[in-house]
Amino acid sequence: MEKVFMKGCEAIAEAAIRGGCRFFAGYPITPQNEIPEYFARRMPEVGGIFLQGESEVASINMINGAAYGGTRSMTSSSSCGISLKAEGVSQAASSRLPIVVCSVMRGGPGVGPITGSQQDYWQATKAHGNGGYKMIVFTPESVQEAVDMTFNAFEYAEKYRNPVMILIDGVIGVMMEPIELPDMISDEELAKNKAAKKAEYCIGPRDGRTQKHPVEVTDGGPMGKNHAAWEMYKGWAETETDVELYMVDDAELVISAYGIAARIAKSAISILRAEGYKVGLVRPKRVFPFPEKAFASLCPEKVKGILDVEMSMPPQLAEDVNAATKGAIPMDYCLTTYGVILNRDDIIAKAKEMLDK
Amino acid sequence: MEKIYTRPSTIREGATSGFCPGCMHSTVHKLVAEVIDELGIANKVMTVWGVGCCILGSGYTTHDSFGSPHGRACAMASAYKRCNPDEIVYSYQGDGDLASIGIAETIYAANRGENFTVIFINNSTYGMTGGQMAPTTLVGQKATTAPKGRDPQQHGYPVHVCELLATLQAPAYLERVTCLDAKNVIKTKAAIKKAFQNQIDGKGFSLVEIMSNCPTNWGMTPLETLEYMKEHTLKEFPLGVFRDR
Repeated sequence: MEKVFMKGCEAIAEAAIRGGCRFFAGYPITPQNEIPEYFARRMPEVGGIFLQGESEVASINMINGAAYGGTRSMTSSSSCGISLKAEGVSQAASSRLPIVVCSVMRGGPGVGPITGSQQDYWQATKAHGNGGYKMIVFTPESVQEAVDMTFNAFEYAEKYRNPVMILIDGVIGVMMEPIELPDMISDEELAKNKAAKKAEYCIGPRDGRTQKHPVEVTDGGPMGKNHAAWEMYKGWAETETDVELYMVDDAELVISAYGIAARIAKSAISILRAEGYKVGLVRPKRVFPFPEKAFASLCPEKVKGILDVEMSMPPQLAEDVNAATKGAIPMDYCLTTYGVILNRDDIIAKAKEMLDK
Repeated sequence: MEKIYTRPSTIREGATSGFCPGCMHSTVHKLVAEVIDELGIANKVMTVWGVGCCILGSGYTTHDSFGSPHGRACAMASAYKRCNPDEIVYSYQGDGDLASIGIAETIYAANRGENFTVIFINNSTYGMTGGQMAPTTLVGQKATTAPKGRDPQQHGYPVHVCELLATLQAPAYLERVTCLDAKNVIKTKAAIKKAFQNQIDGKGFSLVEIMSNCPTNWGMTPLETLEYMKEHTLKEFPLGVFRDR
């Protein structure tokens, strides 16, 4: 397959189009502007629709409107913009709409700096809108992984009729890497899919259909809808976790990290290993459903400590890791915040400090 | 014997509207349903419901529909129509929904000249939540959040949606009508029909603002609300065509 050299944000947009995205609405915010800009150029070439919304709120509601008609739809934003989209994502979780949301993290809280950060893990995994919903949240560590995950995201959204999030940071969003792009899903396939989904999602009696609600509240009584969603979320713990175990077998120190932090941690591990330090990494490729077993199965007799590496203060992934290990393995941290990129040397120094103790 | 008057095909058989006695919402639902039958579009209509009393229509009518979060109907309708240009899409919204929380979505859908129809019910109050001050509450009109009446010094003046949208170039049709008597009901129906026909003809954004009442939250009998509308509401919100092309 042909290799191309692309920026993270643009590669995500191209992968989405190849995965069947035919409606995109977004609003400018750094560091994700290359996503809507790419869609604006590319959508007319594939018969898709790009709309610049008047706000993040309008944009998320636009993609929900498109999704009701079976069109594969997506939006993207960054941090404070994702906060504004919470209304529509919560509504999509309630109406069981298959939308894809790409969150390109910048600093926070509040408006924050525009540089890459990992300050929105809780926002992504703990239901940032009202009502306590969950999404599958993909956390790629490279542009290639971002491409593969985005391409498949629409299948997951439709399989579960639920919003799906691609969670990257500003670093992956703006860096360029050589990638292989998947083949474009054909127009015929997409048209067939749209018609089938539309018939499924539309609720009127048109064309002799029975009047129904997408997830009828009478289906299991007034609590049926949320009960069904909860059962789905629980099921994901068994079927939808995705985690990379990197040099964990003989590790005396295990790093917990995702996304760009994990990428930097791997570089630190190669140096530490060369010096004889037995360090490994557990990297959630999806931060929800959380790969609890990967952390729970770490042996406290063998693993002296967990080094949590995140571009966030307070650390956020760390809470899920500690919940999984039930605190049986002591944790320390190597963190940056406010849009400051992690330094590999700081990870190395902290790992040595923990192991030499 | 020939049947000359019947329930419109998209009003659910045996359904009750659920609106308070004297409310004009159910009249407007019936008019919309009649227009849908007359234009022969029942099989390709998609309704986007706003939030407020208007959503009661979802249990009362049978055409395809989906609900929107408060104020977002015009954003959702824009996207749905663009993805499904062969269908007839309309949003049905009240004044709190369309003119306050959703004013940005309304203005920008109008400004893009989106080819769908807006049925806008203006009753000068937040009906479903119990009579709070709306963007359209008249000066001096009492509301639960303006107990001494709307005071321009504190609350500003009523928002005139048709006049506001008429400052934009794109909208095709903007008209303000009312349902307070039989003559005006007929005019309202003609306006609704035109707004749907415009969409069929691909003319772009059409909005019909229907001046309505709220006996429950105005604290009046239905007949008293009609008098109030004649004396006050229609003086603040003059009926007429603000754009037609």
